[in-house]
Amino acid sequence: MSNKNTEKIIEWLLRLSALVTVLTTIGIIWVLLSESVSFFQQVSIIEFLTDTQWTPLYKDKHFGIMPLVSGTLLTTFIAVSVALPLGLVIAIYLSEYAPKKFRKTVKPLLEILAAVPTVVYGFFALMVVTPFLQTIIPNLSGFNALSAGIVMGIMIIPFVTSFSEDALQAVPKSLKHGAFALGSTRLQTSFRVMVPAASSGIVVSVILAFSRAIGETMIVAIAAGQQPRLTANPLVPIETITTYIVQVSLGDVPHGSLEYKTIFAAGMTLFVFTFILNNISFWIRKKFREKYD
Amino acid sequence: MDNHILESKSVNVYYDDMHALKNISMKVEANSVTALIGPSGCGKSTFLRVFNRMNDYIEAFRMDGEVLMEGKNIYHKKMQVDELRKSIGMVFQKPNPFPKSIFENVAYGLKIQGIKDKEFIQNRVEKSLQQAALWDEVKSDLNKSALALSGGQQQRLCIARALAVEPRVLLMDEPTSALDPISTAKVEELINELKQNYTIVIVTHNMQQASRLSDYTAFFYMGDLIEFGKTEEIFRNPKVERTQNYITGRFG
Ligand SMILES: Nc1ncnc2c1ncn2[C@@H]1O[C@H](COP(=O)(O)OP(=O)(O)O)[C@@H](O)[C@H]1O
Ligand SMILES: [Mg+2]
Repeated sequence: MSNKNTEKIIEWLLRLSALVTVLTTIGIIWVLLSESVSFFQQVSIIEFLTDTQWTPLYKDKHFGIMPLVSGTLLTTFIAVSVALPLGLVIAIYLSEYAPKKFRKTVKPLLEILAAVPTVVYGFFALMVVTPFLQTIIPNLSGFNALSAGIVMGIMIIPFVTSFSEDALQAVPKSLKHGAFALGSTRLQTSFRVMVPAASSGIVVSVILAFSRAIGETMIVAIAAGQQPRLTANPLVPIETITTYIVQVSLGDVPHGSLEYKTIFAAGMTLFVFTFILNNISFWIRKKFREKYD
Repeated sequence: MDNHILESKSVNVYYDDMHALKNISMKVEANSVTALIGPSGCGKSTFLRVFNRMNDYIEAFRMDGEVLMEGKNIYHKKMQVDELRKSIGMVFQKPNPFPKSIFENVAYGLKIQGIKDKEFIQNRVEKSLQQAALWDEVKSDLNKSALALSGGQQQRLCIARALAVEPRVLLMDEPTSALDPISTAKVEELINELKQNYTIVIVTHNMQQASRLSDYTAFFYMGDLIEFGKTEEIFRNPKVERTQNYITGRFG
């Protein structure tokens, strides 16, 4: 076979795989949309957005998404408040303090941490973190948003670290040298020059962390309970959007029923959240690139 | 020359196995301009960075010998490098303003020293920008990003930033090489005024600039200090033929 033919075949294979990806995405969005539309023909959007209860599987049915959204946001905020400071401090240490060799070994190790199956993290939250926290906070429920959020935060630390470290490394060395030459200590150089100069990249890392946390399923399904509840209290069981979807998908709800369609409405809500976050990060990254060109 | 502020004594610099500076002994007179000249790669920038220890960040860098600032060895173990750099400022070849406002750039050095007095900072920022001949161009929008300034303005901003902490010495590494002729003229004028109060060491590849600006000139060649003396003498009757050839443009 000639070289030219091989080229052609490879080109077509690449085109085909791109096509498969695009078609899958379109398919997912189409299913989400059509099932959601059929859901909203039976339940008003007003009720969906304003009702404070989510009980589609009970006799007294309520279809208010707010409890699931609050559960999702609660665990997400806890996760990000753990992951942002720790992830950023580790990134600053790796980028500004650690010897190059150390950085080159530790960074891949951290990325392995991100590859631990989330079910492992989930059981860690349930069996280790919750019992430990209960010794400090006696009225903490066995299932709660706090442990799930904290462990989710630990899980996304490598994420924040990796992106932030890349952002710090992308800051021109001349700025660092300028800061040193004015008599800055390492700490001052890091926090007054490097972090602000890398801020857009760091913000992107945080947004991606948010979107990762919002979509996280296993940890919250195992450790946060499955009780939709409109609350900001991290000590009681809650339910997130993802957990609800899993719960219904695995349950014996008949396909095509209104109960079944709720998971598409919930999925649509999730999709809107992550779509917005990804767009914000895309926009920031684009702006950031323009600035340094 | 007995009023010297800086002195290098038998300084050798290596980058890994490369011998970049060979046994350099030289004194820098206070309140004067000293020019370092020589073909590129001869070690001018390396020698400049020896005085504020900016070579410390280069992994391959090794040094022996002594460097004294007012008689104190700045490579002594107990030397606090960040303190040293508050009295020895530096201006780089390429302007490197921080991605902050004009005001914040100039105020930076004061703020990291823990100075909080707003009025003091305000006054010092104005004074430094005036010294750097930039005040009139930026006084109406000090909150504008420094990155929005032109290259020449950015370099004068970097000079103002270095002056704001009132160092004794100003090290300048080809400060005009990235600038247009008008900005270059402004910076040169500035250097001429600054030498009343500051000691300036400037690297330049421009012979006219060296002869116009400096009181002393040091000619480097492949890591050796070939000739050092009053600028007039170096330019009028150099003692070494190589210096003569370089100055008259026969090589380099
Ligand atoms: N960071 C570095 N690492 C290794 N070698 C360097 C480094 N900086 C400069 N050198 C080498 O040291 C010599 C002197 O360089 P430099 O001081 O920059 O010269 P100049 O400023 O006169 O052009 C050159 O041969 C250069 O290649
Ligand atoms: Mg140089």
